[in-house]
Amino acid sequence: MKFAVVNFPGSNCDMDLFYAIRDGIKQEVELVDYRQTSLAGFDGVLIPGGFSYGDYLRSGAIAVHAPIISEIIRFADEGKIVLGICNGFQILTELHLLPGALIRNEKGRFICETVTLQVENTDTPFTNQYQLGEQMRIPVAHGEGRYFCDDKTLQELKENKQIAFKYTENINGSVDRIAGVTNKQKNVLGMMPHPERAIEDILGSDDGLKLFQSIINYQVRVNN
Amino acid sequence: MKLVKVYVTLKPSVLDSQGEAIKSAVHSMGYDQVEKVSMGKYFELHFQDYENLEKDVDAICDELLTNPNIETYRYEILEEK
Repeated sequence: MKFAVVNFPGSNCDMDLFYAIRDGIKQEVELVDYRQTSLAGFDGVLIPGGFSYGDYLRSGAIAVHAPIISEIIRFADEGKIVLGICNGFQILTELHLLPGALIRNEKGRFICETVTLQVENTDTPFTNQYQLGEQMRIPVAHGEGRYFCDDKTLQELKENKQIAFKYTENINGSVDRIAGVTNKQKNVLGMMPHPERAIEDILGSDDGLKLFQSIINYQVRVNN
Repeated sequence: MKLVKVYVTLKPSVLDSQGEAIKSAVHSMGYDQVEKVSMGKYFELHFQDYENLEKDVDAICDELLTNPNIETYRYEILEEK
């Protein structure tokens, strides 16, 4: 598979994602500038963490108007893999490719620590290598990571099995302890924790590696 | 010219953690009478005057200045020399 890592001004986890793809799952990967207008030739697009446009206005709000965005929407519509991590998740909700919003943490503090997540749905391109209910240790680093949606949306998320990951402890005040959600079709995932920072033991955890391996497994099944 | 003043606030259903932090600071100043603090955003847009200006202001608010999942807005349009 060939992945694009989209680089916005202020992205800062782009190289972590790059290494996760190149060294973690040994696939092709290229950095793509936000001013580009084509993702032709790529099989999946990854939106990294960081502070695009300095988080001005709202996290992710300005990035939504960058030239590359129409291609990310095309990928989502065509069922191709779209993964947004941290600021990437914020961008995907601002784009309405994912429901809900990410708002300031309940206690107002930036949280930077390794937390425990629980896998809530294994029937997605991003989670098929995990066991249902499996716990994983993954770092978080965010000030605006509290997942918010109204009751009706939460009901839809549950009915459509769109909740991919939950925190075992509600670190930031998220609705229903939600850490990551997919779209209805399951080809778009957004999550606040950083699986790309947990791909080998020397980093403290390799629990994130299976997320990327899941994508490969999914693509092999689709191609056959 | 028109001056458009846009006020954005969080919906009542969304906990305003910045407002809450400010409120506790206000209380620590001794002003215990303050029961609620809400924090929002304020924008000034300067427009050439034209018909259907409100339609464009609505679009700008809906598509950029606010996130309709969590925020609401109101605005006023004033004459400007």
